[in-house]
Amino acid sequence: MAQHSRKGAQVQAVTANRLTDGVVVYLTPQNGWSPSLQDAEIAEGKEAAEALLARGQTFFEPGNFVLDVYLFEVERTEAGIRAASVRETIRQAGPTVRVDLGKQAELEGVHA
Amino acid sequence: MYRYDEFDLKLVNERVAQFRGQVARRLAGELSEDEFKPLRLMNGVYLQLHAYMLRIAIPYGTLSSRQVRKLAHIARVYDKGYGHFTTRQNLQLNWPALKDIPAVLDELASVEMHCIQTSGNCIRNTTSDHYAGSAPGELEDPRVVCEIIRQWSTFHPEFSFLPRKFKIAVSATEHDRAAIRVHDIGVQVVKNATGELGYEVWVGGGLGRTPIIGKKVGDFVPRADLLSYLEAVLRVYNMSGRRDYLYKSGITFLVHEIGAEEMKRLVEEEFEEIRKTGALQLPQEEVDRIQKYFAPPAYETLSDAAPEIDALAAKEKNFADWLKTNVAQHKVPGYAIVNISLKPIGKTPGDCSSEQMEAVADIAEKFAFSEVRVAHEQNLTLANVRKKDLYEVWKALDASELATPNVGLITDQIACPGLDYCNLANARSIPIAQRISERFKDVDLQQKIGRLHINTSGCINACGHHHVGHIGILGVDKKGVEYYQVTLGGAADETAAVGEIVGPAFTEGEIVDAVDTIVKTYLDIRKDGEILLDTYRRVGLQPFKEKLYAAH
Repeated sequence: MAQHSRKGAQVQAVTANRLTDGVVVYLTPQNGWSPSLQDAEIAEGKEAAEALLARGQTFFEPGNFVLDVYLFEVERTEAGIRAASVRETIRQAGPTVRVDLGKQAELEGVHA
Repeated sequence: MYRYDEFDLKLVNERVAQFRGQVARRLAGELSEDEFKPLRLMNGVYLQLHAYMLRIAIPYGTLSSRQVRKLAHIARVYDKGYGHFTTRQNLQLNWPALKDIPAVLDELASVEMHCIQTSGNCIRNTTSDHYAGSAPGELEDPRVVCEIIRQWSTFHPEFSFLPRKFKIAVSATEHDRAAIRVHDIGVQVVKNATGELGYEVWVGGGLGRTPIIGKKVGDFVPRADLLSYLEAVLRVYNMSGRRDYLYKSGITFLVHEIGAEEMKRLVEEEFEEIRKTGALQLPQEEVDRIQKYFAPPAYETLSDAAPEIDALAAKEKNFADWLKTNVAQHKVPGYAIVNISLKPIGKTPGDCSSEQMEAVADIAEKFAFSEVRVAHEQNLTLANVRKKDLYEVWKALDASELATPNVGLITDQIACPGLDYCNLANARSIPIAQRISERFKDVDLQQKIGRLHINTSGCINACGHHHVGHIGILGVDKKGVEYYQVTLGGAADETAAVGEIVGPAFTEGEIVDAVDTIVKTYLDIRKDGEILLDTYRRVGLQPFKEKLYAAH
């Protein structure tokens, strides 16, 4: 599997897939799961990241609302929060070969 | 075509009801994901990057028009209006919601379809020649054996938890279109000196992390003994295959480690044991019963010449190009096999929209006895078309962007879904295939290059069959960046071979130029009548390597 976060990543968020339909979601400061990365809580540094992941996982079981919870690296850009890796950018936006599908309609130029 | 009997129907309906209950319990939080995952996988439900993915079994790639229409309907109502035909002759939906899947399974059951054994360490969909029943020189319709294997392997209690997934393919012509030598078991229908039909059994072929060509273990297995013999192979594997290390758990490793001779000895020993203790013999009447489902359609007696078609081809180059590459010879005079390219220039290999599926269903109903095949190369086939209907069929296909004249040529590529969809992928496959397709879109250039298979996988699992592409491309991840490793000289047919790595991987920006360099080198040095594979086999890697890495 392509890596989600490189070693020593400083800025991270927590992601998962929604149980009912598999849609990519992000952990928010209100302990909810949002389909938009812009709503995600961002953790800076290792300790904050681990704490954020632990919070995501408490909602993982036995509530059963999301699955596959993990940390990944993000960047703050002028256009908002963007995933750092190709894999997470594709999860954030949708397939690069079907730009009409996924969430990329709201993320102009994300695959450019 | 095979029709479900009462047992098939009951099995499938019971399974749908069972899964409906399991989904409800999962959504209600009564089952954890750890408990639910093996259950959903047994029903073909994966979790991919953006959504769930549902893999629908298409036994030996044969579909009726009615089934194709149902698939179109399901893709439209429960998905995003398209599906992806795979190298296992199956169909994958990329966006179904878990809560809808029981309803999808109900819809599938209504046309005798399901998703059982499309995942998990069991015997998967048995694949076959997409020209089955229509190919010249065929000894019998290979789908008869496939259907027997399907019935035997469905919910087989002993083989439901194998060390690894298990794939079987069957071919009944000398020219192998089903890639049987890269399957866990490849069955080749053969005739012995006395004219009796039987089976060669090839064991231990496979792609994935360590690609290996299968070894011939059974030289001539009599018809009545086929299931007992397969049982012997599976039992040896089930007992001796590794369960402690995923990457060495396939039968390929077992055969590789103990050698073909030892494997043969173990299988023979087990086979003898089975014979002593009550062999599963195939009663002739049961074979006959299944064979009837695959009886040839009501062919008309026709002349093989079709002057009106020749005249139209002389006038219309696009039609002539299509005839040249997409239409193959049929065993019955006056008929042809029509390949439907799912590789329009610059589009996703194997993708098919609901509208296209409906067009194919209509065309098949009107011109091809309502039957459609899926080819492992991710195309569709109409196996029985009257030659005199070819122009009308071409027109109808062309209207739905289904007549790209490229079957077997450089733009007819196999590509897995890759990192655009797949949770396991390291790199994208589809955009690479699309850019190669754009680069070589000129039909005359494609014909000049000749038969050339480019296969691309987005990870080492090799769903895109890259090891057996004449040119193979494997996507790898280097510190979050996509790179592409190139192999040359792979082949999936009766001359099966694993491609050789040319050298260091190329970046996404370099890969299409690298393919271009390989093609140009081949065109420069090829001898008359050679395809790229022949040239490679004659000269080896060196001339290609020199050109590819000249600047480095």
